[in-house]
Amino acid sequence: MDLLQILPQQLVFGLALGTVYGLIALGYTMVYGILFMINFAHGDVFMIGSYLGWGVLVAIINAQIGGLHPLWVLPLMLLVAMVGAGLLGAGLERFAYRPLYLRGATRLGPLISAVGASLFLQNAVMLTQGARMKVYMTNLLFPGTWRIQVGSVNVSVLVLVMMGVALLMMWGLHLLVQRTTLGRSIRAVAEDREMAAIMGVNVRRVIATTFFLGSALGGAGGVLVGLYYTQIDFFMGYSAGLKAFTAAVLGGIGNIRGAMLGGLVLGIVESLAVTFVNPAFKDVIAFLILILTLVFRPTGLLGESLPDWEKV
Amino acid sequence: MGGSARRLTIVVGVLAAALVAPLLAPSDYVIGVLTRICLYATLALGLNIVVGFAGLLDLGYVAFFGIGSYLYAFLASPHFGVHLPFLLALPIIIVATAVSGILIGAPTLRLRGDYLAIVTLGFGEITYLLLINLDRDPVNITGGPNGIIAIDPPALAGFVFSRNIEYYYLFFLALLVVLGASARLRDSRIGWAWQAIREDELAARAMGINTTVAKLQAFAIGAAFAGIGGTFLASWQRSVFPDNFLFTESVNILAMVILGGMGSLVGVLLGATLLVAFPEIFRDFQVYRMLVFGLLLMVLMIFRPHGLLAVRSRREEEPAAGRVAEEKAGASL
Amino acid sequence: MLKLSDVVTFYGSLRALQGVTLEVRQGEIVCLLGGNASGKSTTMKTILGMVRPSAGRVEFEGERIDHLPTETVVRRGISLVPEARRIFGRMTVWENLLMGTLVRRGAPASELSQDVERVYALFPRLRERAQQLGGTLSGGEQQMLAIGRALMARPRLLLMDEPSMGLAPALVDQVFDIIQTINRQGTTILVVEQNAAVALSIASRGYVLQNGRIVVHDTAETLLRADHIRRAYLGEN
Repeated sequence: MDLLQILPQQLVFGLALGTVYGLIALGYTMVYGILFMINFAHGDVFMIGSYLGWGVLVAIINAQIGGLHPLWVLPLMLLVAMVGAGLLGAGLERFAYRPLYLRGATRLGPLISAVGASLFLQNAVMLTQGARMKVYMTNLLFPGTWRIQVGSVNVSVLVLVMMGVALLMMWGLHLLVQRTTLGRSIRAVAEDREMAAIMGVNVRRVIATTFFLGSALGGAGGVLVGLYYTQIDFFMGYSAGLKAFTAAVLGGIGNIRGAMLGGLVLGIVESLAVTFVNPAFKDVIAFLILILTLVFRPTGLLGESLPDWEKV
Repeated sequence: MGGSARRLTIVVGVLAAALVAPLLAPSDYVIGVLTRICLYATLALGLNIVVGFAGLLDLGYVAFFGIGSYLYAFLASPHFGVHLPFLLALPIIIVATAVSGILIGAPTLRLRGDYLAIVTLGFGEITYLLLINLDRDPVNITGGPNGIIAIDPPALAGFVFSRNIEYYYLFFLALLVVLGASARLRDSRIGWAWQAIREDELAARAMGINTTVAKLQAFAIGAAFAGIGGTFLASWQRSVFPDNFLFTESVNILAMVILGGMGSLVGVLLGATLLVAFPEIFRDFQVYRMLVFGLLLMVLMIFRPHGLLAVRSRREEEPAAGRVAEEKAGASL
Repeated sequence: MLKLSDVVTFYGSLRALQGVTLEVRQGEIVCLLGGNASGKSTTMKTILGMVRPSAGRVEFEGERIDHLPTETVVRRGISLVPEARRIFGRMTVWENLLMGTLVRRGAPASELSQDVERVYALFPRLRERAQQLGGTLSGGEQQMLAIGRALMARPRLLLMDEPSMGLAPALVDQVFDIIQTINRQGTTILVVEQNAAVALSIASRGYVLQNGRIVVHDTAETLLRADHIRRAYLGEN
């Protein structure tokens, strides 16, 4: 009967974690949708977003301004992290990937370059910030006692805020993609790049913007994860990245709603599985889901036919 | 006349130099480095078959390396109390890793480049996680984070290997065998099939090549080479730890293949030499190693995507897929 | 309005266009005829800047455009209705039409809704399906949408790449009627077609392309009537 008590709690954690996975997954899915490329370094952009958020928090704390309320501190952290991560992502596209995909190089090229970028970013952070983890002083913003009773579950406000922020951003992205000219241009480039150019779309700019947006969302995810787990290190992008990628694939890569759904499913499955299985194997669960999805349902839950050979 | 004679003298010269090098080496440490070069060259040649010949981007190659190593540890150490002689363990491991190559390769057959990479990466990670975690109840299989130690050194006809220089000649001999096998494979029907698949899988299938079998063969043989490398590592280091088999090792070996130019045997040897020697030379800057690595990969892809020594001069970027596949298929008749 | 002079274009290592010269004057409908692999598509791509000519000139309204990127060429007032329609299947009809207005940054909303009305007037079926996804439309409807989308840009020159392809004969007549209407409303049109008869029935002049060269150039009437030309270069029909 212990299980029944834990279950709702785990579900809430799973949901919260899932929304953040979805947020990070959007970065992968948007880039894939537009370039058919897996931005292997996206996880590390997420990590850098986390560090940026940490830096802002530390700076604010050190400045000893009274009244540290998440209402203004959190948006500031998010803003810096998102802009920083976005610029980093756009920079990667401009300098590391664009020379490759413009050339029409083999598909291995951009992927290998992304692996290199990932290594570079991880080590750059390790060398400049130290190999030891940094601590998010979350309790200064969200005291551990700040909790709310939702039905039978006692939830910390932090978790609710996490979910709220993630959902808000996803909704914002949805609006942007569905209702704005930019969004239509992105969808057009993703569907038929040549035709979009014929329609007058500045394809290069759209691709750069897509990278910026996806990376910014990843950066936001970094701040949220930092707040929740309170410990961040230069290596966190690796496993978070692979999980977010799994979420993207699970939902149907290239599909924005899919990324969100995939994130939720992954978060919940992971949370529930951990109650039954040794937590050390948590990462294995994500990998298994990835492999099973790719083998049995490569289009994902919401995806359309995977272009095996056509798209370059 | 001049061309092939010159090439022959270069080959003989390099061979001689390699044979004599450890005798002239200034320290045992340097001999150790040379030995490591031979070890990694073997691994790189194995990955070269998968990535360089067949064009399958395997980011989890280290899994086979680890499987081979741990298998030797199981078969020749106090861990399970099994002490098979080296020459008996080696073929068993070769077969076992080849089978693991097929098992890991099988789910990836329908996947395209990027996905293949990620899935193989996933398998590599799963292998690492298994190695580091399969030490609880009920059975301690892998020794966990502490690995397995006191592994038997190779013993051939009563002669027990102990000094670096002895290992060097053993590994060097194995490298020659593996190198010869690679060359044979490259010029065989399988080799042409692989290259056709690498250029354009659809066209290859249209030529009648059974891509499923060919891909599995690439995985199996590549894995087998890694199994050899793994056996060597275990028997030389006399111990194995999960941290010997991290993802960065996969990237390391991949970089050797790419640096040298995918598919070029000489290039792979060069890549392995450079990537083992350089970090040793710059040992003081060890901490910057991965940073430079990452930068190197990015820069390489932009400026020298076909490696420092390209396999063949590529005038057009578009793969002349059908043509290549046709030529190779036709020539094999 | 549009002038190609001795254009030579390579497609890969193939010499697809070997010195093509043609002209389209304002207000005309001109058709470019030819069979498969005659170079029709390459001509379109060269005009639009998707492929660069290795020799020769392409001029639009007096200015050279042959080395400009597609996005710029399109902004100068040339719109394409591509072969096989290529509408955005994952967007609604209305969104597809909106995409056509991208080149008209800063156009007031009232103008845009006027243009949408004009398109709906030409193609009432599209009005009915305004919120439907492009991918769910029939072939004929997609053709209409493709034309409508191109019109939304208020092009001065409209390029049409094989508008009859894949359509039933009755539909073909309908589409070409509409093309004539569009022309009368003031748009210059260059139609590339395999179906010579229907194309010549609305055009004022025609060029025949074979193996990358213009082999015949005359008024549409003459081409229609000249038997031997018909049989030699245009096939049955």
